[in-house]
Amino acid sequence: MTTITETTATDTTLSVTNLDMYYGSFRALRDINLDVQRNSVTALIGPSGSGKSTLLRCFNRMNDLIPGARVEGQVLFNGEDIYHPSIDPTEIRLRVGMVFQKPNPFPKSIYDNVAFGLRINGFRGNMDEAVERSLRRAALWDEVKDRLKASGLTLSGGQQQRLCIARAVAVQPDIILMDEPASALDPISTLAIEDLMRELSRDYTIIVVTHNMQQAARVSDWTAFMTMGEDRAGYLVEVGDTHQIFTNPRDERTEGYITGRFG
Amino acid sequence: MTNRPMGRHQRAEFDRDLQNLQDELLALGSMVEKATIKSVDALKTRDLAMSQQVIREDDIIDRKRAELEERAVDLIAIQQPVASDLRMLIAALHVSMELERIGDYAEGIGKISLMMGDQPPIKPLVDIPRMAEKATAMLRASLDALVKHDVEKAYKVLADDDEVDALYDQVYRELLLIMVQDPKVIERGTYLLWTAHDLERIADRATNIAEQVVYLVTGKQVDPNQVSRY
Repeated sequence: MTTITETTATDTTLSVTNLDMYYGSFRALRDINLDVQRNSVTALIGPSGSGKSTLLRCFNRMNDLIPGARVEGQVLFNGEDIYHPSIDPTEIRLRVGMVFQKPNPFPKSIYDNVAFGLRINGFRGNMDEAVERSLRRAALWDEVKDRLKASGLTLSGGQQQRLCIARAVAVQPDIILMDEPASALDPISTLAIEDLMRELSRDYTIIVVTHNMQQAARVSDWTAFMTMGEDRAGYLVEVGDTHQIFTNPRDERTEGYITGRFG
Repeated sequence: MTNRPMGRHQRAEFDRDLQNLQDELLALGSMVEKATIKSVDALKTRDLAMSQQVIREDDIIDRKRAELEERAVDLIAIQQPVASDLRMLIAALHVSMELERIGDYAEGIGKISLMMGDQPPIKPLVDIPRMAEKATAMLRASLDALVKHDVEKAYKVLADDDEVDALYDQVYRELLLIMVQDPKVIERGTYLLWTAHDLERIADRATNIAEQVVYLVTGKQVDPNQVSRY
């Protein structure tokens, strides 16, 4: 198996070149080119059906699990082609974690939820320390430290989502993909998740799909706007620093979408 | 408007609110323009009743500005605007403030006229009305540029400020000369100097509005190198 190198010379952790993605004969993504900066938050925005989640799932080969899905073009992760035949997708998913829209803790204890990924990867260090460290990173430790044996499902929605983030962080990935991580949460829990994303971006690269424009503006350093063509294939319209996208987008399609007038 | 590939047009109500705000801004602009012209006319014709009217009407201008500001803040809070919508609302806040200040200068000229009372001006007023004409023309052009999103016109306003500055220098030197020759007229000379200064400031405020137009349309601040081209 090819080893994925820790670092590359540039600050780009993920580099997507001419990516097309198909579900059978249907082209879902067309000619995506995107460089994702290390230790930053990149937001993917765009109307429903523009392929944001599909693109996100290309970054850790989650689409492999869908029959008939295939990818053309290149996704380089730290300079390594993640679709190269010699690459083990489970290794990729270890390095590129994921958090979903609906919090999905395992029906296990809080402790075991966080320890799960470490155990299956044969972690030999101090498990208690690793669990505490991850829960602290997810800003959940103080709320659960006295009931680590309680089921993860007893937590509130916002806490469950932070538990899922702790679970993702536990295996120390490079990238955390988040697919509308706060859309099922109340405003306060949403802000907690947003704070957490900012905090985590100091050590991790975060790519987040969101329908919430204000959230994209608040949490991300970079924003990529996607839409779909007549053939319903999603494509990238504009990528830029978030400040620029939300004050002075270059493309009028971006302007139309973020001002809420079109799309 | 160019053809957009995405779905249907939305936020018609917000568009109407923005349009209304712009209309109100223009109405305020027209009010302060009239106030300026009236204040200088009253000074020239020594019509103290008209000067008093200009002073009184400044309250209406102040209220209108406060209303406009409230409306813009409401829209920012409720609509959470971004991109050109945000720039429009920020520009509206700036422009309403600039207009209100121009109103204050007109009021100031009204007060100067009252201070002069029944004394005649120390010289026939020629350059001062010309300054008022130029300054209000700049104001009109800046608001026109705002409505039409006309960057070129905005830059022209910025360049035109030199003419008002030149007139001000001329008035200043002339008045200084008169006052040096006859110290008895220093008080009345100072009144006219204040008036010229107020008009010079009105032109400056018009350039501030023009700068907002450049920001509104381009999303960038004024490029000083561009100004010299006009």
